[in-house]
Amino acid sequence: MIYTEAGQFSIRYSHDRRIFRLRQDRIGITALLLFAFAAVPLLGNDYWFSAILIPLLVLSLAGLGLNLLTGYAGQLSLGSAAFMAVGAFATYNFQLRVPGLPLLASMALGGVMAAGVALLFGLPSLRIKGFYLLVSTLAAQFFVEWFFTKFGWFSNNSASGVISAPPLLILGHDFSNPVGRYLLTLAVVVVVTALARNLVKSELGRNWMAVRDMDTAAAVIGIPLLRTKLLAFAISGFILGVAGALWAFTYLGTVEPHGFDLARSFQILFIIIIGGMGSILGNFLGAAFIVLFPVLLSQLSGSLLSGVIDAGQLENLQKIIFGVLIIAFLIKEPDGLARLWQIARERARVWPLRY
Amino acid sequence: MGFFLEVLAGGLLAGVMYSLVAIGFVLIYKASGVFNFAQGAMVLFAALTFVSLLERGVPFWLSFVITLLAMVALALLIERAVLRPLVNRPPITLFMATLGLSYVIEGAAQALWGAQVHGLDLGIKDEPFEFAGLLLSQFDLFAAATAAVLVTTLSLLFSKTRIGLSLRAVADDPLAALAIGIRLQRIWAVVWAVAGFVGLVAGLLWGARLGVQFSLSLIVLKALPVLIIGGFTSIGGAIVGGLIIGASEKLAEVYIGPLIGGGIENWFPYVLALLFLLVRPAGLFGERAIERV
Repeated sequence: MIYTEAGQFSIRYSHDRRIFRLRQDRIGITALLLFAFAAVPLLGNDYWFSAILIPLLVLSLAGLGLNLLTGYAGQLSLGSAAFMAVGAFATYNFQLRVPGLPLLASMALGGVMAAGVALLFGLPSLRIKGFYLLVSTLAAQFFVEWFFTKFGWFSNNSASGVISAPPLLILGHDFSNPVGRYLLTLAVVVVVTALARNLVKSELGRNWMAVRDMDTAAAVIGIPLLRTKLLAFAISGFILGVAGALWAFTYLGTVEPHGFDLARSFQILFIIIIGGMGSILGNFLGAAFIVLFPVLLSQLSGSLLSGVIDAGQLENLQKIIFGVLIIAFLIKEPDGLARLWQIARERARVWPLRY
Repeated sequence: MGFFLEVLAGGLLAGVMYSLVAIGFVLIYKASGVFNFAQGAMVLFAALTFVSLLERGVPFWLSFVITLLAMVALALLIERAVLRPLVNRPPITLFMATLGLSYVIEGAAQALWGAQVHGLDLGIKDEPFEFAGLLLSQFDLFAAATAAVLVTTLSLLFSKTRIGLSLRAVADDPLAALAIGIRLQRIWAVVWAVAGFVGLVAGLLWGARLGVQFSLSLIVLKALPVLIIGGFTSIGGAIVGGLIIGASEKLAEVYIGPLIGGGIENWFPYVLALLFLLVRPAGLFGERAIERV
C-alpha cells in the first residue's frame, strides 16, 4: 500500500525511459540526495566523513566500475586496483605537469588514461574467456604495481612511489576539509552513477547482458562482440580510474602503488558479490557492508569480549566471516543484498496483504 | 654459456616447485570443473598444521599422518558445505566461492596456529654443489625427485585403481558417470583430499624453502600462469608449464631484468602466459573447446 504503482501510467515514451519510474522512488531518491548533500554535512562529524562515508562512496564507485565489467558484461576481472592506480597516478601527473588544469578535468583525464590501460589489457578478451581472462587482468594488476614503483617519474621521484593529494581547489573553493572532501566525492559519485545507470539501460547495456548470458548467441543475433567487450573494459576502466583518483586524493590524501594491490582488487570483487552482480544499487549496499562490517565487529568485540580477542585474532575472525559470507551469499542469494532489498520492496508493495 | 646453463637449470628446478602447486589445481579442475583458488590456502594450512605439530614435539611421521587426516577432513567439509550446494552453478560462481574459501582457510589456519613465521627443516641441505660443471642445489633436486614420485604415484592411481577409473570417467563426462552409478560427491571428496595431499607435499617443500608463513598462500598466483601454459586439464601439462615458467622467469630476470630495472618476476610469467594464450587458447595440453558461430 505504501509502495504501489497503481494509477501511475506511462503516457509518453520518455516516461518509460526514466531512471525511476515510480513517483515514490523519485521522491525517495530526491529526499535521500537532499539529505546527503544538505543534512549530512551538518550532522556528521570528522570521523564519520573521513573514516566511513568517503571510503564507502569511493568503494561504491569502484564497485560500480567492476560491476559494469563483471556483473553486466560477464568478464571476470581481478585487476580493478590496477586501473584505480592508473587513474590516481594519471590524475596526479595531470595536476602536477599541466598548470591551470582544473581538478575535475584532471580526474576525468585520469579516468580516460585508466580506460586506455583497461582497453589494452581487455584486448585478449576477444580471444580468451572465463578463467583464462583472469590471467590478463592479473597481469595488469602486477604490471601496473611494478611499473609505478619502478619508474619514479610518475610519482615525481618521491621515495617508494608515494603520491600526495594536490590542493583540492574547484573554482576557487577549497575542498580540503573533511566536509568538503565528502561533498566532492559525493557529487562525483552521484554524477557517475547516474550516467552508468542510464548506460546499462541503453542498447549498450543490453548488449553487455546478452554477451554475459551467452556470447555465442549474442554474436549470432548480430551484437558486435569486439566493440561490446572492449567498451565494457574501457568504461569500467574509466570509472575505476576516477574511483582511484578519489581514493588517493579525497580519502587517503597520500598513497603508494602498493595501496592498490591484489587485496584491493579482491575487496572490490567482494563488494559486487555481496552487494549484487548486475545491479547499480548493489554496489552501494556491498560497499556499505564492507566498510561498516569491520567497524561493527571491532566495536562488538571491544564492548562484549574486551580483552578476550586480540587484534590479530580479530583480523583472522574477520577474514573467516567474510569468506563464509561470500560462500553463503553465492549459495543462498547469488544476486546479493540488492536482491534482498528488491524482495523487501515487493513485500512493501502489497502490504498489508500477502499478495 | 656455463652461466646460461646454470640459470636455466636453476629455473627448471624452481619450475618444478610451481608444478607441485599446479598439479593440485589440475586434479580438482579435471574432476569437478572448479578452478580452485583456495589451493594456495590449502598449501598454507597443511604446512602450518604440520610445522605446528612438529614444534609441539610430535614425531615427523605422526605429524605427517595427522596433517593428512586434517586435509582429508577439510576436503570432506568443503565437499559438503561448498560444492554440494553449488552444484550446477556457473564455473565463475564456483571460482568466487573458492575465493571465499581461501579466506576462510587462511583465517582459520592463522587463528589456530598463529601468524608468526615458522622455520621448517626437512633435513636436506639447501646448499649448491657442483654437478657436471654446474652449481645445483641439493634441495631443488630433492624437490624434483619428489615431484617425479608424486606424478608417478598419481598416474598409477589414475590408471590402475578402481577409484582412478571412476575419476577418469567423471573427468570425461560427469553426466555419463552419474548415469552408470558413480557417486559424484564421493569422487569430489576423494579428489579434494588428494589435492590436499599434494598441497601438503608442496607446503612442506615450499615451507622448507621460504619458511612457513602467510605468503605461502600466494604461491597460488605463481601456479596460475603455469596452468595457462600447460592447460587446465593435464598433469603432464602442469609439469611442462612449470618448467617453462621457471626457466623463462629466471632467464628473463637475469637477461632482461637489468635492462628495465629488475623485479620483473612478479608479472613476467603472466605476460608470457598471455602470449601463449593468444597462440594456443587452451594451453599446450589442454582440451580444445570447439565453438562455431
